[in-house]
Amino acid sequence: MSYLDNILFAILLIVGFGFFASSVKKIIRNINLGVDVNRKDNSKARWKNMAMIALGQSKMVKRPVAGVLHIVVYLGFIIINIELLEIIIDGLFGTHRVFAFLGTAYDVLIGSFEILALLVLVAVSVFWIRRNIIRLKRFINPDLKGFPKSDANYILYFEMVLMTLFLLMNASDLHLQNVPGGFSHFHKAGSFPVSQFIAPIFNGMSNELVMLLSEVFWWLHIAGILVFMNYLYFSKHLHILLAFPNTYFANLNPEGQFDNLESVTKEVKLMMDPNADPFAAAPVDENAAPSKFGASDVQDLNWVQLLNAYTCTECGRCTSSCPANQTGKKLSPRKIMMDTRDRLQEVGKNIDANKGVFIPDNKTLLNDYITTEELWACTSCNACVEECPVNISPLSIIMDMRRYLVMEQSAAPMSLNAMMTNIENNGAPWQYNQQDRLNWKNEN
Amino acid sequence: MSESLVVPTMAEMLAEGKQPEVLFWVGCAGSFDDRAKKITKAFVRILNRTNVSFAVLGTEESCTGDPAKRAGNEFLFQMQAMMNIEVLNAYEAKKIVTACPHCFNTLKNEYPELGGQYDVIHHTEFLKSLMDDGRLTVEGGQFKGKKITFHDPCYLGRANKIYEAPRDLIEKLDVELVEMKRSKANGLCCGAGGAQMFKDAEPGNKEVNVLRTEDALEVKPDIIAAGCPFCNTMLTDGIKHQEKEGQVKVMDIAELIANAQDL
Repeated sequence: MSYLDNILFAILLIVGFGFFASSVKKIIRNINLGVDVNRKDNSKARWKNMAMIALGQSKMVKRPVAGVLHIVVYLGFIIINIELLEIIIDGLFGTHRVFAFLGTAYDVLIGSFEILALLVLVAVSVFWIRRNIIRLKRFINPDLKGFPKSDANYILYFEMVLMTLFLLMNASDLHLQNVPGGFSHFHKAGSFPVSQFIAPIFNGMSNELVMLLSEVFWWLHIAGILVFMNYLYFSKHLHILLAFPNTYFANLNPEGQFDNLESVTKEVKLMMDPNADPFAAAPVDENAAPSKFGASDVQDLNWVQLLNAYTCTECGRCTSSCPANQTGKKLSPRKIMMDTRDRLQEVGKNIDANKGVFIPDNKTLLNDYITTEELWACTSCNACVEECPVNISPLSIIMDMRRYLVMEQSAAPMSLNAMMTNIENNGAPWQYNQQDRLNWKNEN
Repeated sequence: MSESLVVPTMAEMLAEGKQPEVLFWVGCAGSFDDRAKKITKAFVRILNRTNVSFAVLGTEESCTGDPAKRAGNEFLFQMQAMMNIEVLNAYEAKKIVTACPHCFNTLKNEYPELGGQYDVIHHTEFLKSLMDDGRLTVEGGQFKGKKITFHDPCYLGRANKIYEAPRDLIEKLDVELVEMKRSKANGLCCGAGGAQMFKDAEPGNKEVNVLRTEDALEVKPDIIAAGCPFCNTMLTDGIKHQEKEGQVKVMDIAELIANAQDL
């Protein structure tokens, strides 16, 4: 049955994309567990951010070695995927190199895919060396242990294997194209600046064997891509997709501006209103949810913070620039993002297991994942926010959790309580009388 | 001090029916901290010398609420903010200058949503504008030829992207301005922000201010210039920790300019 291959291929595609679609649905559902925040304003600035930071990789190159290598892999990823279109058409309709009619343009395309594939292989190998031989500090930091650490290597191996399969597929094809008098359907098409040097390994093999190998490489390559696509959801690698929405929806205000809590504003205004009746019943507002100040779990964070968590690829630039982390404190902004994502995944699984409803599991992001010691070590210096190549803000999560600790639990460190008492009583963080504020004028 | 400082308050100005060109927000550190008071006075000496019409709130000023907000106490922050906004709006304040990047950031970025809309500038920007307008001449004087490095305060630099004004002023002093390995957007925090100033650090292997002081000492400066009273304290402590107080001084940019002219 000659259609067997095509049917098998179609099934592979449907299963691959089907699983992926269900993962995407879960991600969107989980992100929407967060509270709403308006990030639809100023679309011009948002598109610009996305173009510069995600597409243009402007923040990546701040660290030039990793930045340039990353651009190679990124370009390779995008451009080689054009080849995927041909592979899908060939697979579905039983054609072979269906775009070959483009002639010279096809030669240029295939030639550049090959060169990119080689560059990607080199770049990915350097990445592997940086992680495993040079052992850069941010890759061996204690906040990156267990699965996340292996995950990074798995992704590199995946990319190495996919690029190698692509080149082997071309090399075997080229070998058969060059059989004197032609062989089967292997017509002359494409240029092979890289795989021409691999092709000689097939010399001495029978044409039938090389054809079989060629088909094996072709199938493994496309199957590998589909598996990789589905691995994204379980790995740190979602940034290849989410970097785009993440930079679009990122905060546009100055980094120093921390968000204003509306719910607090209402109460403070009421408190300061001399005409307010302290014994009046609270006005009934049908839309008012019982407000909780700050965040103790992922549902208290906003959806952009949850999107941030899925986008983080654990590169560790934030942690390597964090003053607290550099001085041996437990705080790691990368861990804040990883914990948020892990907890969100846990909550998501809980919802899946309970027919769409979250059943409390006596766990929270605060304490079970992120400790107060980490939260109180932050200097709010914004180094992590500035460093992040895709505009994630670990600081905003730290602040929201501090708010919960202080306003819901009164659990600030003693010395901070003293500071706040001073501000409340005498308008300064220290115990000085407000009436003495201008004494400096006459002191020598 | 040769001459006494002229420091009118907003209340006095109002009584005379006057509105100053700019309101000088002194801040808690500038009002009460012994080291920071010297910065306040240096800045006032420059204002007096350049005949800038300014006024302070004096006893009507209160903490902006920055440390409370960053500690997580949004209630206390908003109470402080609304009280201050009431006072500022009653005086119809338009332009505010402050020598503290924390006050600067809070007044500039976090007061508008609560009803306080002002043109807020950091004292280094203000001094730069005085210089650009020809009202202030900056000369090297005693600092001529000295090696100076500038530490970017987080709430001036990264938080509000002001990197050049302080450097432009330092360069006018005829000094050698050297950059630390981490500066501007990559600058390392002094360790005081986020309310850390008011608490002990979490367990670790080093204090942040010591690490930052090491950055500064690496470029072998005569003076570490700062633009924030809290950074000033942290770096001064760092210098003491390294036992370098004999060789290296930590000075605010306002002090550099005022002292250069023996004001």
